[in-house]
Amino acid sequence: MSEPIKVVPMHIRLDYIVTAGRTYTRYLQALAHKRIIGGRCPRCEKVYVPPRGSCPTCGVPTGETIDVQHTATVTTFCVVNIPFGAMPFKPPYVVASLLLDGADLPILHLVRGMPADQVRMGLRVRAVWVPDEALAPTVESIRWFEPNGEPDADYKTYEAHL
Amino acid sequence: MTRPIAVVAFAQLPSVRRDTGRDETELVLPVVNAALEQAELTRRDIGFTCSGSSDYLLGRPFSFVSALDALAPWPPASESHVEMDGAWALYEAWVRLQCGDIDTALVYAYGKSSLGDLRDVLAQQLDPYYLAPLVPDSISLAALQARSLLDAGMCSERDMAEVAVRSRRAARDNPAAQLKTSRDVEELLSEPYLVAPLRKHDCPPISDGACALVLAALPVAQRSCKRPVVIRGIDHRIEPHALGARDLTRSLSTELAARHAGALEGSFDLAELHAPFTHQELLLRRALRLGPEVKVNPSGGALAANPMMVAGVARIGEAALRLSRGEGRRALAHATSGPCLQQNLVCVLEAT
Repeated sequence: MSEPIKVVPMHIRLDYIVTAGRTYTRYLQALAHKRIIGGRCPRCEKVYVPPRGSCPTCGVPTGETIDVQHTATVTTFCVVNIPFGAMPFKPPYVVASLLLDGADLPILHLVRGMPADQVRMGLRVRAVWVPDEALAPTVESIRWFEPNGEPDADYKTYEAHL
Repeated sequence: MTRPIAVVAFAQLPSVRRDTGRDETELVLPVVNAALEQAELTRRDIGFTCSGSSDYLLGRPFSFVSALDALAPWPPASESHVEMDGAWALYEAWVRLQCGDIDTALVYAYGKSSLGDLRDVLAQQLDPYYLAPLVPDSISLAALQARSLLDAGMCSERDMAEVAVRSRRAARDNPAAQLKTSRDVEELLSEPYLVAPLRKHDCPPISDGACALVLAALPVAQRSCKRPVVIRGIDHRIEPHALGARDLTRSLSTELAARHAGALEGSFDLAELHAPFTHQELLLRRALRLGPEVKVNPSGGALAANPMMVAGVARIGEAALRLSRGEGRRALAHATSGPCLQQNLVCVLEAT
């Protein structure tokens, strides 16, 4: 009889005041001051970046705040080749798991400053920050990581973090 | 024949209108730690964990996964989650314990109702094609149900106000409650309507909170707790999505769940009913055939503190807590989910 209805437009808008959490708030505030902080678990003594409301192994909040280095080792990585919606750069580019010096767990961030096909495990990199006036409580205060010229890290130094 | 499972610990955060800055992990950790401590168990002793929460409340996807850090899930834990009130997480844990291969379970629930506009958020649980686009908010739908009850002559606005006064005054001794005082019935009835026929006092507060319980099978329960409170029966039932298909003046799902949980036989010393709106307590009392001799909501109930996803399972915790303190021998606990008491769970608890 009539055309079947295939689409029903429904516009839903929900506004939230999102809570970063007490622990993550400290991490985000530190980034706005060009610092990367972690928290040391009082039981297993691992340094988590960011600090956590609960150590996933011990079930206690990470305690002492530790400033970790802005240098890191690429533990593993992938090369993004296929374009999608909100991507930060034109492919190919590299998303890597980065073990910051002084941290026991890697973070995810971008690696730039060298051709994507030359990025490798063990590569030593350093954080590239946005200009001071653009620093804000967000991980985007670090634009990406780039090679720092040091020789590659020995596999043994990061094999436990893969 | 079901395996007897007991509630051996219950811990909750004090409910507040707006929690200051805690994320899900930070909400859950203190109640999980307190419940385990009460039960003298560690995380490694727990056979199964189930939680209840809703990402719609937190406004972020997979919020329940973040909360898992509080469990210390490395090495991996046996865990499940319901996007519902924690009472249904407790039900899942109870079913899991029936398998007989594990003896303990942890149940937790958390909710921050303060982050978004709760009335808009709750409208999203409605049928998405015919109802949700009209955005009938949670208070308006409750008002529709209250109107049906009033028009059917099943309660009066005064009866409703009396429920509010009694609940909030009972909450005075509950450290977790949010509203602990009430003006007199006459004064309340002179207030204007919020959404007619509901006045502000007929509605629950908006609350942030969390709670945790430990369940244990009987031999273990007796080692964990001086006076374990045994779940003698538990059942839950649901009614259709379409409000027009339901009789809003009755709670058929509660009646059925009560029958299957064994709640229609024997007497109760107290009942904790999850009735966010005053008229719903009156409706539930009828569905559960509770006489005037039964003490209803000695904790203050959801009218005194209503953290979404927590307020239902907290009824089971509050009832068990009272029995374990010797305030009675047998209690009924009830939890609800969805608009106008769409889904209901009934639990019969007995002190050992």
